[in-house]
Amino acid sequence: MTDVALPVSKNQSRPVSAAVGARLKVRYRAERRFRAYGLFALLLTSVFVVALLGDILIRGVPAFWQHHLVLDVDLKADVIDPSGKREVEALRTADYNALAQQALQEVVPGIKGRQARRTLSRLLSTGAGDPVRAAVLSDPTLIGTRQKIAVLISADADLYLKANGKGSGGTLGKGALAATVSGDDVALAAGGPEFTAALAEVKTILAARARALRAEIARISGGNSDAVKARVAELTGEAEKLEARAGAKDQPEELDGNMPSLLVGWGDALVKITRLGPDKVEGAALLPAGDGGEIKAGDWSLRRYATPENARKTTDQEIAFLDRLVGAGRIENRFNFLFFKAGDSREPELAGIRGALVGSFLTLLVTLVLCVPIGVMAAVYLEEFAPKNRLTDIIEVNINNLAAVPSIVFGLLGLAVFLNFFNLPRSAPLVGGLVLALLVLPTIIIAARAAIKAVPPSIKEAALGLGASHQQAVFHHVLPLAMPGIMTGTIIGMAHALGETAPLLMIGMVAFIVDIPGGVTDAATVMPVQIYLWSDLPEQAFKAKTAGAIVVLLGFLFAMNGAAIWLRKRFERRW
Amino acid sequence: MNDVQMMTATADGTQPRVKVSARGVDVFYGEKHAIKNLTVDIPDRTVTAFIGPSGCGKSTFLRCINRMNDTIPSCRVTGRIEIDGEDIYDPVLDVVQLRARVGMVFQKPNPFPKSVFENVAYGPKIHGLARDRTELEEIVVRSLKRASLFEEVKDRLNDPGTGLSGGQQQRLCIARAIAVSPEVILMDEPCSALDPIATAKIEELIDELRSNFTIVIVTHSMQQAARVSQRTAFFHLGTLVEEGATEQIFTAPQDRRTQDYITGRFG
Repeated sequence: MTDVALPVSKNQSRPVSAAVGARLKVRYRAERRFRAYGLFALLLTSVFVVALLGDILIRGVPAFWQHHLVLDVDLKADVIDPSGKREVEALRTADYNALAQQALQEVVPGIKGRQARRTLSRLLSTGAGDPVRAAVLSDPTLIGTRQKIAVLISADADLYLKANGKGSGGTLGKGALAATVSGDDVALAAGGPEFTAALAEVKTILAARARALRAEIARISGGNSDAVKARVAELTGEAEKLEARAGAKDQPEELDGNMPSLLVGWGDALVKITRLGPDKVEGAALLPAGDGGEIKAGDWSLRRYATPENARKTTDQEIAFLDRLVGAGRIENRFNFLFFKAGDSREPELAGIRGALVGSFLTLLVTLVLCVPIGVMAAVYLEEFAPKNRLTDIIEVNINNLAAVPSIVFGLLGLAVFLNFFNLPRSAPLVGGLVLALLVLPTIIIAARAAIKAVPPSIKEAALGLGASHQQAVFHHVLPLAMPGIMTGTIIGMAHALGETAPLLMIGMVAFIVDIPGGVTDAATVMPVQIYLWSDLPEQAFKAKTAGAIVVLLGFLFAMNGAAIWLRKRFERRW
Repeated sequence: MNDVQMMTATADGTQPRVKVSARGVDVFYGEKHAIKNLTVDIPDRTVTAFIGPSGCGKSTFLRCINRMNDTIPSCRVTGRIEIDGEDIYDPVLDVVQLRARVGMVFQKPNPFPKSVFENVAYGPKIHGLARDRTELEEIVVRSLKRASLFEEVKDRLNDPGTGLSGGQQQRLCIARAIAVSPEVILMDEPCSALDPIATAKIEELIDELRSNFTIVIVTHSMQQAARVSQRTAFFHLGTLVEEGATEQIFTAPQDRRTQDYITGRFG
């Protein structure tokens, strides 16, 4: 109380001197600059996060939907249950795929060619019979009746429909056509130059190809070796041929797989043009052309698939069938429950994440059961009971070191110790859980110690002062108060474990496993490993599956982090 | 042994028994010598105040009486402290039993973040003082009444103890301490975090509790020492400078340092 406060200047806004004022300006400028840096960093990260999440969502969400084909399936008794005894085993093993195929062929009748029939049957998924079987098993009285059943179509067909689900329209023809049909070959003759525009387009493409060849010739013609000269001569010949074709204006053109596909459709028929002239075309029937004859103006249309057939996955024949099915109202886009119900599969349309989800759940269960008691007890002992000496210091430092060990090292440790030494089962959630427990343990110990340390010592003192033993004080008062913090740390540790891949690769949880694991010793895989496996597969449809699985995994991770935040907010206590 | 050594006469002329006696106590925090060769007798059923400037060792000595200093690893106590002639630093003595006999009230009210009832019931529960729920409730109500808190919280027994006002919290801590029927209650600056009205209530309470408990109170307020205590001990730089009847310490201190402190010339 001996100090006497100095009189404070009232006029604080006016700088004491010019030097101080200049300094103040610099200070404010630095502050503004710093704020701008922060804002920029924040914006940049936001853009990245939004781009990443948006991209994953855009790619992943379509995986939750799947096109189904609604068929009137004839549940023939002689196919399903020839003996007529209605034994469950017989019903289970019947050939339901054949029934689905039959139903499909009824929708697109008159397909004669072997090749075309095979293409049609390939539109159905190999699992197309499953819903039929499910329907029969759930109600065997349906046998002998005709039922509307939605079956899966193949992944490629699904992809095509997701990209162009509406079907392709085409331009209506102006004049009448005369169709001559012999087998699969169809010749169409128009009264006037109906196809001039299409032909001109083909010629333009030929001219462009010739120009590309000329450029190539110019590029390599500098060489002097015989090989180069021979090649130049060869290319020049090709270019001249192309130029001749492009120049001959009304000369008919042969259309191959490297040209855009042109088709003529009327009624139920669809003909792919193989030879295109200005007023007369020849082609092959993709959908039966019937007996031919006169086609009136406005009844037929010229369709065009710009991408050459050789450059896309879906053939003209498949597109023809799919367009037909869409036109018949047989295709429905439904929520893909199978994605959440099925295990892994080689067929993209049949693959689901259930196996991986259950595997992740079992693995995390093992981790949780091991980690929480061991981690919390270790933290309590270190924080409350351990003598503070060199040994405990070393242990403490090493726990922190353990948290920084790359996860693959834990995987190798698990491989060497749990699999090779203890002979635990390979690919099992038990071993995965053990390895992840090692990985998460330091996180939980560190979080739990921090939470215990955050409990004010006055609470412990109060208990001790009442005659509680040290252990009672810790377990009755300190630990319950530290629990929200411990739970938060645990959840974040678990979220970390849920997203962990590398150590699980080492212990064989990377296998292709179709069955959904029933216990901790069954072979299983986990979500991130499933994503890794799918991302590696060549089928286009698995790309969407991969993104879909990522969406699900991220959903779980966000939910867990949300739970951690909620716990912290809910039980946050101020002393 | 000198366990029945009599004290000098107190103000009303009786000769109270010695409850706590310290002989040649030294306390070290690592290298720091916090209390030097302290010898003092604390009489039964009286209020003894420890006064002195900050860092003089009065709280340290207070915490020696129920061995709360055991929780500080670097702390070392030598010498002899007895309660009813029993050496409390005897290795065979159970520190948990000791703390049941010597309750403590801390500087800052520190109720458990539980209900009022649970706060008071915790001590009796861990010591097994109540055979059933009815008996436990009896103890809780009796303790709250003795801490003059019952009337204020009787409708809020299940509300959290941390929701009470500061003064109520401190009285709750006192009720919690007396629920285990201690013989000695140590109070470490119990009013330093409270406003004057709450302080007055606590002081009143201390005066009432005197008839049943031996109370040792550390305080920075000399007025408080004068108001509530019968005996006063003045600590300075780790030594006990002077100890005697409160009246005598405040009116006719024997030591120059005591006089300087009381008259506010240092500290």
